[in-house]
Amino acid sequence: MAIIEVRNLHKRYGDTVAVHDVSFDVERGEIFGLLGPNGAGKTTTVETLEGLRRPDSGAVRVLGLDPQRDRVELRQRVGVQLQEGRLPERIKVWEALDLYASFYRQPADWRQLMADLGLSDKRDAAYGRLSGGQKQRLSVALALVGNPEVAILDELTTGLDPEARREVWHLIRAVRARGVTVVLVTHFMDEAERLCDRLAVLKAGRVVALDTPAALVAAVPARRGERPTLEDAFLSLTQEV
Amino acid sequence: MPTVLKLSIVEIKLYLREPLGVFFAVLFPAVLLVVLGSAIPAFRDPSADIGGRVPIEFFFPIALALAIATAMLVPLLNTLALYRERGVLRRLATTPASPAALLGAQVAVNLLALLAGCLLAWLAGRLAFGIPLPGNPAGFALALVLGAAAMGALALCLAAVAKSARAAAGIGQVVYFPMLFFAGVWTPGPLMPAAVRRVADFVPLGAASQALQDTWAGGWPRPLHLAVAAASVALFGGLAVRFFRWT
Ligand SMILES: Nc1ncnc2c1ncn2[C@@H]1O[C@H](COP(=O)(O)OP(=O)(O)O)[C@@H](O)[C@H]1O
Ligand SMILES: [Mg+2]
Repeated sequence: MAIIEVRNLHKRYGDTVAVHDVSFDVERGEIFGLLGPNGAGKTTTVETLEGLRRPDSGAVRVLGLDPQRDRVELRQRVGVQLQEGRLPERIKVWEALDLYASFYRQPADWRQLMADLGLSDKRDAAYGRLSGGQKQRLSVALALVGNPEVAILDELTTGLDPEARREVWHLIRAVRARGVTVVLVTHFMDEAERLCDRLAVLKAGRVVALDTPAALVAAVPARRGERPTLEDAFLSLTQEV
Repeated sequence: MPTVLKLSIVEIKLYLREPLGVFFAVLFPAVLLVVLGSAIPAFRDPSADIGGRVPIEFFFPIALALAIATAMLVPLLNTLALYRERGVLRRLATTPASPAALLGAQVAVNLLALLAGCLLAWLAGRLAFGIPLPGNPAGFALALVLGAAAMGALALCLAAVAKSARAAAGIGQVVYFPMLFFAGVWTPGPLMPAAVRRVADFVPLGAASQALQDTWAGGWPRPLHLAVAAASVALFGGLAVRFFRWT
């Protein structure tokens, strides 16, 4: 049974149609990617899953719950990393983890998470003094500190250096190995290709393809004898008029 | 540990790391009292009209009303608006933490800072001008806490609707000065016209100021003033939770 169901989701802001008739299912235990250029509606889509935005029409179910009606229960079981979410400048790394852990019924061991994300030596550093990559890693740690069944991560490796990105990928695989379902929003091809079991490609608020990365690549005709990549698949899906 | 307690502890730490908030709530009342008393000789010289006591003694409860308004309408409003503007609230909105816990923690922190500030002001007044203890200490404490809670609830209500930190500061100013007027900051005690005083009885800070003055003089707060403060807490607090927006 699907752990997340999105059916005919529509969302507009004034005259801007952000999401136009998006449908997909996410199965338990998979890493599901939402890939698309800026403004494609990825953030809007996941924020309706998180209950932060109310759909104009369509149905959304996460863990069998309605994100609007059952927000209290949903928040216990879904961990979120926001594309634009911040912490108070002066809060220390350990204080943020300790505080967020206290919100949940069965939190993870935040000291272990801090170590897993390579933040132990930044334990007493203020949030405002962390580098972009360190903030990002803290944000991932906070998404996982409630021991969620579903983790929704929006642009989680944006701003990370290549080494840190690979560490975060490793962590995401480890999280999935624990049985957590992961929804990953990204615009990085290599990330989508290596990490995701299945991908929905969004373009201007619509799903233009939904398949495994390998199948998406296989659908692209080879040109000039070159082996196509996911980037070629992405470009052919999102650029055609 | 309950969420509201944990949030309060973290917010207290953040508060102490922010020099501006510490100034407005903790040091401001003492500084105000000492500066006024030192700058205006008539304030600190014993006066035969009032039985040889120092006039600043009578200004003390009004200074605390001013302290209540400042502590609640400046740092509290500012913190919440900044949290909203910077996405701190949005981040919290994805967790099981409730708006009530968040708002409660904000009031608790600012109330503690205010109480520290009032204590410091009293010590400063004592050392500099020899002001006495409140005539009715229990009643005075009640008036102080209830008055602060009423203004805190009003601030939360404003913070709930202000879209940006700048807007919050603007709304705060619009409410701040009339509140001070009704508290008698410019027209203390008998100088306040009777009609204004009648209105002041029904304004949160006006009622708090009256209750502080009554208890400072040794009496009990009048039921009307307690009722106005309690009703403000219920009304504005309820509206704040009802209309609270995370984003
Ligand atoms: N709060 C908002 N108000 C108005 N327009 C918005 C808002 N949020 C997003 N949009 C618009 O909706 C479209 C989709 O945005 P978004 O979901 O953030 O896309 P993505 O995450 O794929 O970059 C964009 O055109 C964006 O400008
Ligand atoms: Mg986005």
